[in-house]
Amino acid sequence: MIKILLMGNPNVGKSVIFSRLTGVHVVASNYPGTTVGYTRGTMKVQDSTAEVVDVPGTYTLDPTCKAEEVAVEMCGDGDLIINVVDATNLERNLNLTLQLLKKKVPMVVALNLWDEARHVGITIDQKKLEELLGVPVVPTVAVTGEGILELVRHLSQARPGTLEYDDGERWHEIGRIVEQVQQVTHRHHTFWERLGDASIHPLSGAPIALIVLAVTFYIIRIVGEGLIGFLFDPLFERLWSPLMIRLSNLLGSSGVLHDILIGRLTDARIDLIESLGLLTTGIYVPLAMVLPYVFAFYLVLSLLEDSGYLPRLAILMDTLMHRIGLHGLAIVPMMLALGCNVPGTLATRILETRKERFISITLMAICVPCAAQLAMIVGLLGRAGWWGIPALFGVLLVVWISLGMLLNRLVPGESPEIFVEIPPYRLPYLSGLFKKMWMRIRGFLLEAVPFVILGVLVINILYTLGIIDLLGRLTEPIITGVLGLPRDAVGALIVGFMRKDVAVGMLAPLDLTAGQLVTAGVVLTMYFPCVATFVVMARELGVRDMLLAMAIMVIASLAVGGLLNLLLQKGGLP
Amino acid sequence: MEGQKLTALKAGASGTVVAIEGGALLARRLEALGIRPGVHIIKRSSQLLRGPVTIAVGNSRLAIGHGMAKRILLKTKDR
Repeated sequence: MIKILLMGNPNVGKSVIFSRLTGVHVVASNYPGTTVGYTRGTMKVQDSTAEVVDVPGTYTLDPTCKAEEVAVEMCGDGDLIINVVDATNLERNLNLTLQLLKKKVPMVVALNLWDEARHVGITIDQKKLEELLGVPVVPTVAVTGEGILELVRHLSQARPGTLEYDDGERWHEIGRIVEQVQQVTHRHHTFWERLGDASIHPLSGAPIALIVLAVTFYIIRIVGEGLIGFLFDPLFERLWSPLMIRLSNLLGSSGVLHDILIGRLTDARIDLIESLGLLTTGIYVPLAMVLPYVFAFYLVLSLLEDSGYLPRLAILMDTLMHRIGLHGLAIVPMMLALGCNVPGTLATRILETRKERFISITLMAICVPCAAQLAMIVGLLGRAGWWGIPALFGVLLVVWISLGMLLNRLVPGESPEIFVEIPPYRLPYLSGLFKKMWMRIRGFLLEAVPFVILGVLVINILYTLGIIDLLGRLTEPIITGVLGLPRDAVGALIVGFMRKDVAVGMLAPLDLTAGQLVTAGVVLTMYFPCVATFVVMARELGVRDMLLAMAIMVIASLAVGGLLNLLLQKGGLP
Repeated sequence: MEGQKLTALKAGASGTVVAIEGGALLARRLEALGIRPGVHIIKRSSQLLRGPVTIAVGNSRLAIGHGMAKRILLKTKDR
């Protein structure tokens, strides 16, 4: 099977062309040993099938970052190269083209964004360009599909190219080519261009960012809750639970096999969250609680990426984020985490260095409450007076900043400066967007879900062996002494590992003072992530870093909880 | 070395790159994105508190961290 490589600068529409060429069977993978992702698919060329690979975007074959290193390695592997060139940035794009020509691999150039070039007053003589480079040049508008058929037809004419030049003279050669093929006429700024510039400027950018974020959260809530309310909960309540009860009766309502598969019954009914069975909790948690928000978040993230807004947000946030050792782009995983920490943790793969990934994953687990936790916070602290909820968020924010700054000092490693191209605002290509979403969701289902099920099994076993109760009794003096909470709160903290908003229910009847409520709320948010996040964290960080992160979580929550205890309770607030 | 730092320019000012201070790695990264001696750059904005600088090169917009931006030296019309 011949291998076709799609190569080009980032943001030129490679993925859209990839999407147009391939069918539904696309696979996203990580290049071995890295966090750099690429996608593969197949297409029909004449009578045979060819493999198509969407190589990570690169500006040059002289690599300056990991993604480019991977691209260089993959480049030697192909039988045919489709070089996707941005017609609005011909000069810069030809840098890669000329370097690829030296490889003497059969090549075709797709001159993409042809319509955009026209809009900005650029005309390119593609016949002349083809003559100079020695390879077929096909103008394309990937989002509408124009030129794609032509591109495929020209694949049989791919050839190694005839252009010869000295490496040192490359830019000179590029200048010579551009002069002969490109004409630019003046035109005025479009509305979208002006909006694009406004989105970055701090004064106008901040309100725009707030609006975008507000709309984002609204969409996520609607989609997430909608999926749960209209699809998953009814599915589980009306189909799955009755089935499980029948199985439960079949297994005699007790016994080891029963408890492992179905878990413990509550009043002869199955509580899908507390039963801890593989087939009950093990499936309900990832599918009905986490997946809807994962879906909603990937939808929103893909929209933000493909429209071109994301780099602008990263630039606005960059200054602040660098104080806590993170790149501006780290705002993305943090935002995702506000819905569910699982996709948030997975999203940290976009960060370059191990230090950044460690800091962001740890801060996220400690300080960023997910949708379930947010519901808990509101439910619990509603009774703590008007100042309860703002106090809690205030504390979380302060911890996020100070812990971040602390970790920035202590964790060895680099946080590279921001250096990104800002693409113009573009209308997302929906079909490609959905394909991308599907691949990410599939990644979540394959990577996270099996481990969540495993986590549920482990907890179930620990519970059966009485270890959980033992832990409860051992930590009691700390809970009551340092945190100032009553003995029974311990149970809530244990259950909180599975599901934090259930823990709220357990705290409700305990008649806590406002100060205690805030303390309990803060500690519940900070001390440990839910089992799904815990599992995904462990996989992303590795054992050593995970233990370190856990230690930080426990110490931080005890320290902050203890401090709150002193300030709020002993300090004499109502 | 002749030339003003990119960070010293006002937003909206433009100039031609004369040199990149510092090591080869930065020069390579900048060159890959089209910034090299002889190229015309327009500074579009700079953030508060030493944040990233946004520039226009040809038809593309780039954001460059402050530390890197101050190593790009330009020649402007009035100097």
